[in-house]
Amino acid sequence: MILDSKIPEGPLAEKWEKHKFDMKLVNPANKRKYDIIVVGTGLAGASAAATFGELGYNVKAFCFQDSPRRAHSIAAQGGINAAKNYQNDGDSVFRLFYDTIKGGDYRAREANVYRLAQVSVNIIDQCVAQGVPFAREYGGLLANRSFGGAQVSRTFYARGQTGQQLLLGAYSAMNRQIAYGKVKMYPRTEMLDLVTIDGQARGIVVRNLITGQIESHSAHAVVLATGGYGNVFFLSTNAMGSNATAAWRAHKKGALFANPCFTQIHPTCIPVSGEYQSKLTLMSESLRNDGRVWVPKTVETAERLRKGEISVNDIAEADRDYYLERKYPAFGNLVPRDVASRNAKLVCDEGRGVGSTGLAVYLDFADAIKRDGQPAIAAKYGNLFEMYAKITDENPYERPMRIYPAVHYTMGGLWVDYNLMTNIPGLYAAGEANFSDHGANRLGASALMQGLADGYFVLPYTIGDYLARLPYDKVSVDHPAFKEAEQAVIAKNNQLLAINGTRTVDDFHKALGQIMWDYCGMARNAEGLTFAKQEIRKLRDEFWRDVKVTGVNEELNQTLEKANRVADFLELGELMVDDALNRSESCGGHFREESQTPENEALRDDENYTYVAAWEFTGVGNEPVLHKEELKFENVKLTQRSYK
Amino acid sequence: MAGSNPNAKPMDLTLKVWRQKDRNSPGQMVTYPLKGISPDMSFLEMLDVLNEDLLRKGEEPIAFDHDCREGICGMCSLFINGRAHGPERGTTTCQLHMRHFSHGETITIEPWRAAAFPVHKDLIVDRSAFDRIQQAGGYVSVNTGGVPDANEIPIPKSIADKAFDAATCIGCGACVAACKNASAMLFVSAKVSQLAMLPQGKTERKTRAENMVAQMDIEGFGACTNTGACAAECPVGISLENIAMLNREYMGAKLTSENVAS
Repeated sequence: MILDSKIPEGPLAEKWEKHKFDMKLVNPANKRKYDIIVVGTGLAGASAAATFGELGYNVKAFCFQDSPRRAHSIAAQGGINAAKNYQNDGDSVFRLFYDTIKGGDYRAREANVYRLAQVSVNIIDQCVAQGVPFAREYGGLLANRSFGGAQVSRTFYARGQTGQQLLLGAYSAMNRQIAYGKVKMYPRTEMLDLVTIDGQARGIVVRNLITGQIESHSAHAVVLATGGYGNVFFLSTNAMGSNATAAWRAHKKGALFANPCFTQIHPTCIPVSGEYQSKLTLMSESLRNDGRVWVPKTVETAERLRKGEISVNDIAEADRDYYLERKYPAFGNLVPRDVASRNAKLVCDEGRGVGSTGLAVYLDFADAIKRDGQPAIAAKYGNLFEMYAKITDENPYERPMRIYPAVHYTMGGLWVDYNLMTNIPGLYAAGEANFSDHGANRLGASALMQGLADGYFVLPYTIGDYLARLPYDKVSVDHPAFKEAEQAVIAKNNQLLAINGTRTVDDFHKALGQIMWDYCGMARNAEGLTFAKQEIRKLRDEFWRDVKVTGVNEELNQTLEKANRVADFLELGELMVDDALNRSESCGGHFREESQTPENEALRDDENYTYVAAWEFTGVGNEPVLHKEELKFENVKLTQRSYK
Repeated sequence: MAGSNPNAKPMDLTLKVWRQKDRNSPGQMVTYPLKGISPDMSFLEMLDVLNEDLLRKGEEPIAFDHDCREGICGMCSLFINGRAHGPERGTTTCQLHMRHFSHGETITIEPWRAAAFPVHKDLIVDRSAFDRIQQAGGYVSVNTGGVPDANEIPIPKSIADKAFDAATCIGCGACVAACKNASAMLFVSAKVSQLAMLPQGKTERKTRAENMVAQMDIEGFGACTNTGACAAECPVGISLENIAMLNREYMGAKLTSENVAS
């Protein structure tokens, strides 16, 4: 299989413009003859569905939540980047492009990232026109902040709820199309298979989560905007329902899965408090602008602290190790996410972690409060401090926060070309579900940008180019390919319900998460990964022998929903390990212990690994086939990231 | 493993939970004793623990809606001890922690009760009426592309901040559950005020107010009698002022209606 990224010829800055002209158009009167399925209604899915509807296509949109407004994009806190240069501080499309490529540790496509930076400015215009209430200055113009260590202020935000406001904007645009009858919305409906006919994506099989009914829907093209797979780890900042099932089942139908090992582990989350923990809560990384990260200097002090013999405020200044400031004097507490996370793990592994579990470090605001006064700190971070207090019952104004890294975002996803089409004609992937724009590490405030770029400004053009070449003929859901897929879905559900074993779905999910976190988490090595692969296989076998799923298919059955998702995580987890094992370099969120500098920093291997690893499914338990897409850098020079 | 407070003692509780097979079956309260609950658990984690126990015994777990567990998606929806989202003000059920209950306590858990929110199963209700109200006019009619530069629409900061406050509604339905008439006025008013305050929303403000209120009535929500229970129980603090604004918008729209089609 040859992976053709379909990157247009020509200078970087002209590729998208030229491509837009070269693409075929569908006559306005003919658009109504084409049907498009959109799965997932987060930023990418809702913006795509709304825009397709506006253009005149017939859209069917699906989400598993009870309303499209609840997709997990809603929880994004920080902001959205755009190269508006409203602050006159030196930003430009090229600088946003450059920062994103570099931040991704040179494992993303230049052409895709450049286009992302180009359309970023249109996104802000669009959202403002919809009535999204971004933060403003007293003069009435839009406010910006610097985010995630960026040297320019290009982040637009709506207090700590930017994702919510952007999603409600896209949701409102989609609602308008629902009212016009151009978009038909199917909430509480989960995609369980992709249907291909003659090699083309022609529809999906879904389960109605209220009645359990298995139904088919056909279309001329299918867009998966189903988010990331961070919940492989069980504990993550994802929503409880976030899952990989749609993407994974498409993968099993032939879509390649790219860079699955690229996981972003966010440094500032509230630590695990007990076995019952169901999810982890992110504290916006803006906190690192004023908080100082530290642990006790010695293991002895840390031990006494953990036993409750001393309190954090008893520890003298001289006995504290502000390790980020010590090791990275230039960037200090503002080092990128991957560096901050890895160092937190390092000090905890040394036995210097705090909290009763020893898996936490301090984020201390005492100096900032002394410097700026409590009201100033409260004005900046009040809602975050409140959230922290609510969860931990501790007052962060009086004692430092305890934080620990948690899985937050997955850069890997379905392989797509420049048009966001997977290797299956007619199947597209957008937003976090695809792999395309963040390389090995995503910068803060870039996920929202990518989701909306894909949905508002990329797919509406590229999907037309595909549809214009298709006949109008619709495929009936009575076609044998649909019937076969339905039967397979029903058989799988029946199998899950029939096992009637002894262990719960959550039990298996937690066990998988522990394996992934221990061996495919913040630091990986060949030995651990090889071990993890065997463990996952054993666990998967046991799942299919001993899982307990109560109830029947023909009802609202949350246990069955979870069982389907965890069954897929048990397969995807193994592929993540395979990918991590193959990539014996350190880059971005993927730190291979075998590949580090004498100072224990990540060491990239550009000679051998400047490629996208796209994996082909060959059957459960069989070794997947690796396809490489070489990455060419013609506009930026590859450098080792250094934050010393 | 203890949490932030190593001295927190585990609690024993009695739960009385609404169980209902489906929309068409009658429901009933069922009692479950529960032991060893950590005060650091969230309310939903407490229900997870109970559900894991039920599953191991081969019993049907309790169905409840939840997703982000960060208080922003609006999916969780429990009526706890007679209060929407439980005893803490300004808190969704997922952000409520067990430290607010005491050892030996009996906790009743019910679904939202409203004719417009029929029960799907156990504690899960159908809130699609909210989506249909939004579809009736909760938007600015602009297509993708062809819009002015973002800074060509200056908006005074005070107005932008007020619009933001209204826009933070998470659509959970606590306002309806808290209201003796099951009125959806607070929910509708949040969107109507947000868009009425902003220049982008002004063009359609009359038709929007009329159409959203009309849809609210079609869905079978009750009338508003200004008791303020909705705002008191709203987990994100949507203000009662929005209802006043909706009333103004609606009256104004009715007097000079632009709904020429109807």
